[in-house]
Amino acid sequence: MRVPLSWLAEFVDLAPGTTPEEVHAALVRVGLEEEGVHGGDTQGPIVVGEVLSFVEEPQSNGKTIRWCQVQVAPEGERAIDGGDAVRGIVCGASNFIVGDRVVVTLPGAVLPGPFPISARKTYGHVSDGMMASARELGLGDDHAGIIRLVTLGLQDAPVGSSALPLLGLDDAAVEINVTPDRGYALSIRGVAREYSHATGATFRDPVAVADVVGLGGGCVGQTGTADAISDGAACVSRFFPVTLADDNPIRGRTGISVFATRIVRGVDASRPTPPRMVSRLALAGIRSRSLLVDITNYVMLEIGQPVHGYDLDALRGGITVRRARAGDTLTTLDEKERALHPEDLIITDDRGPIGLAGVMGGADTELRDSTRNVLIEAAHFDPVSIARTARRHRVPSEASRRFERGVDPEIAEAATARVAHLMVKYAGGVAEPGTVVRGASGAEVVGAAGGGNDPVAGAGSSAGVARVIDLPADYIANRTGADYSTGEIVGTLSQIGATVTETASGFCVTPPSWRPDLTGCAELAEEVARLTGYDRIPSVLPVAPPGRGLTRAQRLRRQAADALAAAGSVEVLTFPFATEAENAVFGVAAHAVTTFETPMRAHSGGVASIRLANPLDQTTGLLRRSLLPGLIAAARRNRARGLTDISLFEQGLVFLPAADSEYGSATLPSGERLPSATELAALQAGIPPQPRHLAVLLTGRVTPRQPGQPTVAASIADALDEVRRVAHAVGVTVEFVQGSHPAMHPGRTALIRVGAHTVGWVGELLPALAAELDLPDVVAVAELALDEIIAASSDGIVARAVGTFPAATQDLSLVVAIDVPAADVRAAVAAGAGELLEVIELVDDYRGSGVPIGTKSLTFGLRFRAPDRTLTAAEASDAKLSGAAVATERVGAVVRG
Amino acid sequence: MSQGISDSHVQHAVDAALAAISGASSSAALKTVATEHTGDKSPLAHLNAQLRDAPPEKKAALGKLVGGARGRVAQALKDREAEINAAEQAARLTAERVDVTALPSRFREGARHPLSLLQDRVCDVFVGMGWEIAEGPELESEWFNFDALNFDADHPARAMQDTFFIDPPEHHLVLRTHTSPVQVRSMLERPLPLYVLAPGRVFRTDEFDATHLPVFTQFEGIAVDHGLTMAHLKGTLDHFVKAIFGPEAMIRLRPSYFPFTEPSAELDFWHPTFAGGARWIEWGGCGMVHPHVLRSAGIDPDEYSGFAFGMGVERGLMLRNGVQDMRDMAEGDIRFSQQFGMVV
Repeated sequence: MRVPLSWLAEFVDLAPGTTPEEVHAALVRVGLEEEGVHGGDTQGPIVVGEVLSFVEEPQSNGKTIRWCQVQVAPEGERAIDGGDAVRGIVCGASNFIVGDRVVVTLPGAVLPGPFPISARKTYGHVSDGMMASARELGLGDDHAGIIRLVTLGLQDAPVGSSALPLLGLDDAAVEINVTPDRGYALSIRGVAREYSHATGATFRDPVAVADVVGLGGGCVGQTGTADAISDGAACVSRFFPVTLADDNPIRGRTGISVFATRIVRGVDASRPTPPRMVSRLALAGIRSRSLLVDITNYVMLEIGQPVHGYDLDALRGGITVRRARAGDTLTTLDEKERALHPEDLIITDDRGPIGLAGVMGGADTELRDSTRNVLIEAAHFDPVSIARTARRHRVPSEASRRFERGVDPEIAEAATARVAHLMVKYAGGVAEPGTVVRGASGAEVVGAAGGGNDPVAGAGSSAGVARVIDLPADYIANRTGADYSTGEIVGTLSQIGATVTETASGFCVTPPSWRPDLTGCAELAEEVARLTGYDRIPSVLPVAPPGRGLTRAQRLRRQAADALAAAGSVEVLTFPFATEAENAVFGVAAHAVTTFETPMRAHSGGVASIRLANPLDQTTGLLRRSLLPGLIAAARRNRARGLTDISLFEQGLVFLPAADSEYGSATLPSGERLPSATELAALQAGIPPQPRHLAVLLTGRVTPRQPGQPTVAASIADALDEVRRVAHAVGVTVEFVQGSHPAMHPGRTALIRVGAHTVGWVGELLPALAAELDLPDVVAVAELALDEIIAASSDGIVARAVGTFPAATQDLSLVVAIDVPAADVRAAVAAGAGELLEVIELVDDYRGSGVPIGTKSLTFGLRFRAPDRTLTAAEASDAKLSGAAVATERVGAVVRG
Repeated sequence: MSQGISDSHVQHAVDAALAAISGASSSAALKTVATEHTGDKSPLAHLNAQLRDAPPEKKAALGKLVGGARGRVAQALKDREAEINAAEQAARLTAERVDVTALPSRFREGARHPLSLLQDRVCDVFVGMGWEIAEGPELESEWFNFDALNFDADHPARAMQDTFFIDPPEHHLVLRTHTSPVQVRSMLERPLPLYVLAPGRVFRTDEFDATHLPVFTQFEGIAVDHGLTMAHLKGTLDHFVKAIFGPEAMIRLRPSYFPFTEPSAELDFWHPTFAGGARWIEWGGCGMVHPHVLRSAGIDPDEYSGFAFGMGVERGLMLRNGVQDMRDMAEGDIRFSQQFGMVV
């Protein structure tokens, strides 16, 4: 909301010279946050001038300029800038005549932009200033020609006087952020009231001002029937027939509760909008369109009541407000034809729909320059109905924004009166008495819905129904921790417009009609606390019950990340959005193999993915099934920036919907009460699995180029080590078995096992895939289910005694077939060697001369120890040979001589 | 032959030995000298052997003479050996000198992401106050993200937050727009009193630029207990900012609106070392948990009250560590995290 200060000052005392910054400082104290300052950027000598003469001079570029002599000060005086009274000015426009009064920006002036004006040579003359267009002055879009003051009704403005106050260019606006609960602050009226709260300055309600413009109270019709006319025979002939017929209330609330109309006859719609109104609208961010429309917008901004004007002569018969029916269509002011929905509340006449109620008017009945007779409408619509229609048709308008947030239901009639008054004043004509039709059924329906807990119940639909809140005496102190006297509570709540009476136990508070957000004691507590200042609330540290620290999973996740980082890996946090291909290639499980398969054939096609309804980028519209695409993108970005030795890791959630499963819930429980256990279980069951994974990626060198040491390129071995680090950090023993994955090198893929359970996979990207991704030939990766691996961890370690007798170490070389995994041989030896074996390590894998083709020689280092004695060499040898025997039995190992 | 043992003989042999010992300049030469002058075939060994034939009355004196001579030589050998060892050791160490600035290294400069580090620190401060850390799904039911938090389906507040909806939208699943659904889950699942901090990623349909990320990190706290007031909220936030930013940090609450709190406030935060000078900067929202929210979690608002707050970790990192461009936190450039290493 942008608030021109001159406008604000009409309704609240604003000391002369108050700056926009000072107004912001006051408003922020009561919760209207600062967004910016507009205007105030037109400065310097800008005066009313009169065109004395001009010569048209065609130019070589095809344009014709006018070399003008312009009077910028009264005869015999100096101009405002001390210069000559008559200036030579070059002007490209041709919409003016000799004798026109115009706006002259003299050298030294600054226009919005900022665009400083100086005397400069152009088209063979020195142009000693400029004659300005509306756009150049920030007063609108008109740049077809310069401003002719006669068109603004300002032909009598004295030559040489400053044009800044004349055109409202001496004004500035503060822009504030209005939170959705405070619809009333989307008006000068509301902001003036808040400024008064913040500063104590006297507030004058513009609605009360509008009431005294002397247009009379008018006629009041009864519930939804155009024929039910109340007082005064004079009204009958002039009464405009209105029927309120909402037969499809949304959530039990009728869409229309108040419909005020007033007719103004004989207007001249072609007259100019007063410059002060144009400048205020411009500062408020609304473009001037035409006098009649400008007046409706002006009144909306002033008091917050959206107003619509119809060309009375374009209407056919009376108006009926109803819900749209199947097949109804409407061409709105923006020239779009819209198919209407049965939930849309619409304004109709005898021809059918002529407006989307509270959102946008129709093109057929809009106000035009030729309009002679106007029907002014100010209504009170249900916020839910308006919100849904505005969203459905994607037409958020100034009107719908206000209705959604709650408009004061008591000011519709005052709004029509104010609009009529301004139309008569500026466009001429005669205003007729107004009428108001009320939809009485609305209140009953709201009552039946038991609106007390309904967060939107207050937002306008209960028009005319006073809400009464019982506020216990100590409630506000109990909520804020600060003390307030009875006088302060009554005073503050009265100040915001509430009616407060003291009761035996506290207060009985009736909030004002413009504050539908005040629905309970908590809201009243905020009003008192914010207006007396949050600074008053003391600072007291509460004592929580003794805690248990981080959970085991939280601790171990942190340890895993620290271990990887300490060992040289860099943590990244990537976005969880993925493409179809990324999920299809990386989002599938790896599986064990005994023989090599063509990996692409092993990949069985589509996987289930969660899809976003409104992604930022259509190509990445899925949620990731794997962390690896994110790491790959990060690796590519680093390489693009010249960083080639890369070791990355990420911990994060992946989204793994099961194939053919539906997630979510078609309906949601009410937010107003605790759902049943069944409802909660259903909500929970509707949320797709999203386990936490950990992934690593290494490419380039793990030992860099340097003196005294060969470089080492990253390979699957490094990825395996990263997995070992994670497993070690979380206290789990993992094993690796040969595996296969569609994205991975078929011979360089391992499954990660905890016991018999597969928790992830490790490998090198398929070289062809790496090439496609513009990555080096070798990219080692791993991805594991962190939640699962942590779940497998236990801190129930039972310590064994550490043996102190001497150890005996021996090596054992076994020849096995080349495709026997070393892990199997090792396991066999360990099983055979028995309890004396303390450690077994693979120390060599030899292939070549001396061992038969198709075999390899694996050498294990064995360390034996007995807990109770010094082992003899013979005992150790026996144990070793027992191990070898089991290896012979299991994998056909032969002891190498 | 006993007449062969004379002072001069002995002296001669000793002199020769001592001269040879002091002339030896390496441990190998000294070894040769030792063999020549103390070995079985050395003059002193020969003299020693002659003692057997010496007259009994002279045996003691001669024995003393020869023994003393042998002792002197042995001592000289030992001293010289120590000297040579020391010299040789020193020469070896000199030869082994390396340039300690040019040695090969297998160290790699890893790093935690500074957002993770800061988040961990924030958690530690609250754990220190006895709070627990809670987590929840990133893909949430709208009920947890909105309805239970007093966001009516048709209220404009629901549109305040630009929400990523899951397809089809009629199934009411969203990427959580804040970590507040974890607060709802905590209230539903945990016993009272409740003091819980929920850090995590949240999602809004903001464009990716220097000051906006569609995916960012929040931490939100909720406390529900008997008699909690806004004063307790202030006290908690006061303690927290001082713990993270130092004792000069100050907070200020400013009226605002959130559907799930009433009264609501913006949290402003002051620090003397902000870029651009000491000033107030907005860092989050907070307030007293709305009675509707307590009720939808089955908590009686007449018996319990609660406060809640939420801040962005990214903004915290920008304020605290001078990060200028939010994209740096999301792009995964290793140089960004390596500036922090393991410490934020």
